[in-house]
Amino acid sequence: MTQTTMPSFSGSRTSETAGSGLIWSLRDCWTIVLQEFTHLLRQPSTFAWQIGFPVVMVLMFVYVFGSAMDVTGQGAGEGYVDFAMPGMFAMTMALGFMDTAYAVTHNKEKGFMDRFRSMPMSGSAPVTGRAVADVIRAAIDLAVIAGVALLIGWRSGGSIGATLLAFLLLLWLRLALIFVGIFLGLSIKNTETAGSLFAVAFPLGFISAVFTPPEMMPGWLGAIAAWNPVSSTATAIRELFATPGIDYLEPAYWIDGHALAGAIIWPAVIMAIFLPLAVRQFKSLSR
Amino acid sequence: MPSELAVEAEGLTKTYKEKVALDGVDLAVPGGTVHGLLGPNGAGKTTAVRILATLTIPDGGRASVAGHDVVSQSRQVRRSIGLTGQQTAVDDLMTARQNLTMFGRLFRLPKAQARRRAEELLELFSLEEAADRSPKRFSGGMRRRLDLAASMILAPQVLFLDEPTTGLDPAGRREVWEAVENLAAQGTTVLLTTHYLDEADKLCDRISVIDHGKNFVEDTPAGLKRRIGEERLEVVAADPAELNRLAELVRSVVGVEVSTDDSQARISVPVPDGVGALTSAAAEIRAQGLAIADIGLRRPTLDEAFLHLTGGSQAVGPQPSQPNTPKTLEETR
Repeated sequence: MTQTTMPSFSGSRTSETAGSGLIWSLRDCWTIVLQEFTHLLRQPSTFAWQIGFPVVMVLMFVYVFGSAMDVTGQGAGEGYVDFAMPGMFAMTMALGFMDTAYAVTHNKEKGFMDRFRSMPMSGSAPVTGRAVADVIRAAIDLAVIAGVALLIGWRSGGSIGATLLAFLLLLWLRLALIFVGIFLGLSIKNTETAGSLFAVAFPLGFISAVFTPPEMMPGWLGAIAAWNPVSSTATAIRELFATPGIDYLEPAYWIDGHALAGAIIWPAVIMAIFLPLAVRQFKSLSR
Repeated sequence: MPSELAVEAEGLTKTYKEKVALDGVDLAVPGGTVHGLLGPNGAGKTTAVRILATLTIPDGGRASVAGHDVVSQSRQVRRSIGLTGQQTAVDDLMTARQNLTMFGRLFRLPKAQARRRAEELLELFSLEEAADRSPKRFSGGMRRRLDLAASMILAPQVLFLDEPTTGLDPAGRREVWEAVENLAAQGTTVLLTTHYLDEADKLCDRISVIDHGKNFVEDTPAGLKRRIGEERLEVVAADPAELNRLAELVRSVVGVEVSTDDSQARISVPVPDGVGALTSAAAEIRAQGLAIADIGLRRPTLDEAFLHLTGGSQAVGPQPSQPNTPKTLEETR
């Protein structure tokens, strides 16, 4: 096509062969991450709404329900902020997979996925870029909620190292659930269906040690709640934050006594299952 | 280019769970031409484009684009094509300029070059003034133009357009047509799908009519129109009682036997010289003082065209989309 005078494209296409494939994949991934953050900057109100949900939940649980909760054995409301905040952190991470799923479905629905796939970019970039962007987003979410928590009197009693580890465990859970989100997002037909993921997300968030110790639930429900991956993370970070009154209840479930291990292993198991599923689903787009 | 054909396909087949989408489609599009895939909804047009744009792997047959096999050399194909799918795949949360720069980066241009390219494309598609706005508030035609611009980042050899004007108002359609004509004039090979005969007629050098996943006919727009049949003059009587008088009058003007539809008080007659027949019939009707409800030229609908092209053996099946199709072939009013 030598006669192409098409607005004189001056670029040297040989630049594409320079550098290894990995470098290009990383660059493509970063471009997608930047796209996500452009969204954030251009739509601060959407971000505010998204962050508003966990903040409202914090205030509701601490001040509305919390005043009736006795989780430390020292009377209703006592120490509930310290108990609920780690749970709130964990639940925000747990529910985040819905944002991932929604964004993936949206991209698929709007033809973005097709456009990306018809381009000579790295095939994995839309997925890796989404994962990186969502982890960064999660870190921002955590920072904002932690700020609110500090305002209402929450403090970490753990060392700086332990506190940092707690936040890393939270991001670790979020990272694992990103692949659940990507898998679901690719499997779901449209964004309307993505909205109904709440039906799955809510039990995952609430039937857990997030707001109530499983030991206080009916036996069978308590077992489910205790073995919920979100519970392991919530309980592990409570330990790391040296939450007062945490040993008020004897752990009734094996996993409850091994929360730190659970908080590390559970997300790894989730990833081991859903990363291949997400990749398979992505490849099946070309069927 | 190793091959003179920009797009070449042989016996493409594709079956989805319950439905045969392609049942052996062949295509041969010489470089620098505009080729149309014309057919009703569900004919297999989109599946064909998806296969050629490396989005879908065919079950059988082979295809190459810009000399590269779409399955085994998909990466090379992707460097040579632009795709504008049925939805406008532009990011509503970024400005037009940010969109183009991002796509430039994903086409692996260095940052400065991606920016420069974005400016060039904004100018080419007359979007400079809207550059810093979100496409969310663009008109349909502007969104499509931005979408086209995003497909043209690397000045691809072959551009695929899947129903580029579906859902646009007449002004938007004209804008998009103009943009496509510009690209074609500069040598880009364009393969577009459409279910509008007038669109294929206006833009394409050659048209492949496909339905039920098979090629029916390939021809130039003029040749296709000849095959489809001539225009028809239609007159609707204001008073059904005058239908016969009116039919006699029209017959005497055009000199051909007319068919009448009593239930709709409609007279229909094939006319080789449409405009001439229309003006003289209208003048005569007025001179005779007859009242009419409507008079106009009508091309055969896509239904009728398919019936005609396939010798009536293969009517366009009872598809749910059918009620819409007749309208699409009539002139935009």
